[in-house]
Amino acid sequence: MSKAVAVPANATQPANLSKPKSFARQLGETIIPPMILGCLLLVVWYMISYLVLNSTNRFLLSPPHEVWRLGFADWGNFSEILLSLWSSARVAAIGLSIAICIAMLMATIMSQSKLIEIAVFPYMVALQAIPLLAIVPLISFWFGFGQTSRVVICVLISLFPMLVNTLFGLHSASRGAHDLFTLHKASRLTRLRKLMLPAALPAIFAGLRISAGLSVIGAIVGDFFFGRGDVGIGQRLREYANELEGERLLAAVIMSCCLGIAVFLFFTWLSKASIGHWYETRSAGDD
Amino acid sequence: MASAHPALIFDHIGMTYPNGTQAISDVTFQVRPGEFVSIVGPSGCGKSTLLKIASGLIKHTSGSVTVEEDKIGYVFQDATLLDWRTVAQNVELPAELHGIPRSERTKLAQAAIDLVGLSGFEKHYPKSLSGGMKMRASLARTLTLKPSLFLFDEPFGAVDEITREHLNEETQRLFGQERFAGLFITHSIGEAVFMSTRVHVMSARPGRIVASFDVPFDYPRNPPLRFDPAFTELSAEISSALRSAY
Repeated sequence: MSKAVAVPANATQPANLSKPKSFARQLGETIIPPMILGCLLLVVWYMISYLVLNSTNRFLLSPPHEVWRLGFADWGNFSEILLSLWSSARVAAIGLSIAICIAMLMATIMSQSKLIEIAVFPYMVALQAIPLLAIVPLISFWFGFGQTSRVVICVLISLFPMLVNTLFGLHSASRGAHDLFTLHKASRLTRLRKLMLPAALPAIFAGLRISAGLSVIGAIVGDFFFGRGDVGIGQRLREYANELEGERLLAAVIMSCCLGIAVFLFFTWLSKASIGHWYETRSAGDD
Repeated sequence: MASAHPALIFDHIGMTYPNGTQAISDVTFQVRPGEFVSIVGPSGCGKSTLLKIASGLIKHTSGSVTVEEDKIGYVFQDATLLDWRTVAQNVELPAELHGIPRSERTKLAQAAIDLVGLSGFEKHYPKSLSGGMKMRASLARTLTLKPSLFLFDEPFGAVDEITREHLNEETQRLFGQERFAGLFITHSIGEAVFMSTRVHVMSARPGRIVASFDVPFDYPRNPPLRFDPAFTELSAEISSALRSAY
């Protein structure tokens, strides 16, 4: 049916074993190559630190063990990073939650009336097209320089993908399935609840993954513009850069990446756990 | 064997789309309980439109249709199973939409699943079923509410030859048991003759009925019937009628 079926055949092809590969071996094969590349990158990093830079400008790229010592192993420094990361993660989570609610509500309303969809859609595209920098003054004018404004940025940046995906998903139920509901005289609400919303779930989860990532970016960008109140990771990044604390700066950057990766993995897991038992995931270009 | 009360009456049905295309012109026939009527015709001749008119999904523009709407079972071209529901939950859906209590609809669904030979697959999701099994589940879903009129919209077009023959045999067996009224759309003459009591040939657009054939074989019909000289001869007659309909 799908190409996924052909995979086991390919996997056993090179080694003419009838048994599939052991889990440990598969793990080794997927983990070892990135590990080797990681080690190579560390070597390059050391070479830049010690061979390209001299002792006066070495602060531009401190060697990895220095970053580890000052950024991670020093609990005082590391907890400062973690705390600000936590603050930004909270902002991102609140912003994302608000965006999800607004997007789901709007998409549902738009799916019920073609007229409303046609009326609203251009404004959503326009909202997406607004350069965020251009409305920063407006946001601070309305919401101040604190956390509220950061949340607003997160909402603005993550709303559109969520809305478009949900709307697309709500329209994805087949014509035949709609006919089935029509034949059995299903009400609008029943059709929405039992057909359109479940059919939309795969697209909703795809939207969630995109929006969640954007929301994290929004929270960090928001830190740069709206620095009052709780200290987010964005403020720390700027602070470390201003104070030429290269080690802590790099540690903060690495931790920001980790937050982004964690969010992505969480939503991938959530999607699999919620709809994996019935939805056939196709990888890109495999249709 | 046909009782007096037709389950479906088409009386001079015509259908013209708003853009002026005439899809169907002057179609008149009836389907009684215990009759299995097939319509064969070229692609795009309005065969499926006829079913949609019968079920009320679209409105005809002239003539009249007499049908008991809540007794209709519609078997779609695709299985149209809901991916997020198991076989059992899919089969239950019509009963669920009609507000039948859970305990009763579970029973109805189980009976329908047993009838199409899907026992043991109740908890499977559609993604793990073959095309033929999906179609069986779709058939079972239609059976749950025990409709008196079955409308089949080219349901077995997408499965392979052998699976199609199996599904034909089972549909014919179900018909032999339940004696509902059936209206079957197809472009396979063999399929039509094997299952039907009567076959209508429709012309190219605008679709109208150009020839009708009674199929005299008794039920239950067995696979070897397909190679019976009488079967082949009737198929040949329908085939030549269909050729002149293009």
